Amino acid sequence: MAGPERYFQPEIEKMDPEALRALQLERLKKTVELCYESIPFYKQRFDQLGIRPEDVISLDDLARLPFTTKQDMRDAYPFNLFAIPADDARVQRLHASSGTTGNATVCGYTQNDIDVWGDTFARAIAQVGGGAASILQVSYGYGLFTGGLGAHEGGIRMRATILPMSSGNTRRQVQMMKDFGVDILACTPSYALLIADTAIEMGYDPANDFKVAGAILGAEPCSEGMRRDIENKLGVKMVDIYGLSEVMGPGVSCECRYQTGLHVAEDHFIIEIVDPKTLQAVPDGQWGEVVFSTLSKECSPLIRYRTRDISRILPGECACGRTLRRMDRITGRTDDMLIIRGVNVFPSQFQEVLANFPEVASHYQIILTSKGPLDYVTLKVETVPEFDFDEIRKIENLRQRINGELKSNLQVSVDVQVSEPKSIERSEGKARRVIDLREKGN
Amino acid sequence: MIDQIVVFLENKKGRLAALCRAIGDAGISMHALTVADTANYGVARIIADTPARACEVLGAAGFRASLTKVFAIEVPDKAGGLASLLETFDAADINVEYAYCFTVEGGKAIDVLRIDSSLNVEKIITGAGFRVVRPEELYR
Ligand SMILES: [Zn+2]
Repeated sequence: MAGPERYFQPEIEKMDPEALRALQLERLKKTVELCYESIPFYKQRFDQLGIRPEDVISLDDLARLPFTTKQDMRDAYPFNLFAIPADDARVQRLHASSGTTGNATVCGYTQNDIDVWGDTFARAIAQVGGGAASILQVSYGYGLFTGGLGAHEGGIRMRATILPMSSGNTRRQVQMMKDFGVDILACTPSYALLIADTAIEMGYDPANDFKVAGAILGAEPCSEGMRRDIENKLGVKMVDIYGLSEVMGPGVSCECRYQTGLHVAEDHFIIEIVDPKTLQAVPDGQWGEVVFSTLSKECSPLIRYRTRDISRILPGECACGRTLRRMDRITGRTDDMLIIRGVNVFPSQFQEVLANFPEVASHYQIILTSKGPLDYVTLKVETVPEFDFDEIRKIENLRQRINGELKSNLQVSVDVQVSEPKSIERSEGKARRVIDLREKGN
Repeated sequence: MIDQIVVFLENKKGRLAALCRAIGDAGISMHALTVADTANYGVARIIADTPARACEVLGAAGFRASLTKVFAIEVPDKAGGLASLLETFDAADINVEYAYCFTVEGGKAIDVLRIDSSLNVEKIITGAGFRVVRPEELYR
């Protein structure tokens, strides 16, 4: 994807950081007031903490405000966190999470909420090189799930031509993508890969035969390997888009074409990264739980919503010229977090380090035991078949290099053990990554 | 050079026995076996008949087994025989990764050495008055 950088709302996307903070503060004050005045849940929380809306005089005051959890949203089922009654004329649409465990979380959208959402997705279209002349194929499912309609609204705001495919009937998706000259695809990464493979199966070479040049993919994790696969097969630049139904849907943050983190729509959301145990903010660059406060939402505003997703703020400027700060791609869930010798560690961080060692296979296992009062970490890895293990020196060298990388990345000392092939347990193709045998009480 | 079977072994009870059983059950004769041990794992090095097949048999039995090329050298049965060979390598700045010794029929001592084969090692060995043993002299 060549050519100059495209922006949908350059006045926001390249806003002076100080002006942006001022805008955030102004909007935060309004949101806090709205929550306090219109949602009994928040009034009660604020009163318990002895905080009044007018106490918020700087962005730092955000840290004093109460958190909102997914459970709070479930408990509020269906409409108890709405600032506007669901049957009010201003409320245009309802979205809900699947609610596989417990009540669904429900959000209402006014027309302005929908427009804001569309604007953030439209930015993503520009970020991947699209514009008003684009034909946007939306292959996310349409419905209560926020993917399909979120992308659709983005197309509307961009004034692009929308092809509302929803998911399914993949051969027809391929045929229309080709015949209609689609240039931007929006769907999940796994569906994008299926579309690519189906096209190839149908005898096409989409990388050369199709006009598709950009893909805005989200709603599920996508490894770097999978990203390259999608990019090569379809001949596209792929950007990872992030969102969650409780906060808005896709568009809360999105990568630009430099693929170095996701620019957060900071005019509509404040991002915080906190230590999931202490709930204290962590410095930029450090991993923790992502927390969002909404700044523009009218129907379902949220204060300090704990996403349970793990990411970090990436400091520094981006080559694309956007001043909106970037978060890293989601590396896991807080439920997966391990506390090893007082350090927060995520299994995905082990995976990231191991990915840099072509000598080891992708299967690994973390075994935690106690040695006296201390946690002891054993990491079992398997070497790839090509690895020459005849020289013990080579195995020892590999162990030391992995250990060194883990130590510098995770601040945790790890005993790396090379294991026999297939000795690392696999269940249904998905390995049990962590075995915690520590004595409890620490 | 000869083919040596190398097997990675975790330090788990019964793995070495299982390895020998797998080769034995396949009707393959083993001529030499040595295990290099660390705290966590071992590497078994084996000279056996039909090395490629032995390797397959072990792979099928769940072992990580591969073949490596090593030098087999007949060492004269007299004091300092091996020392003078190793001194020759030292002088030529050739690194010997490991060495082990076994005897074959007739009481001859065979030294197995892993040396970077890209160097002209064979010439140095013969030049120093030693004989490089051919595969067919050791295994079928
Ligand atoms: Zn950027």
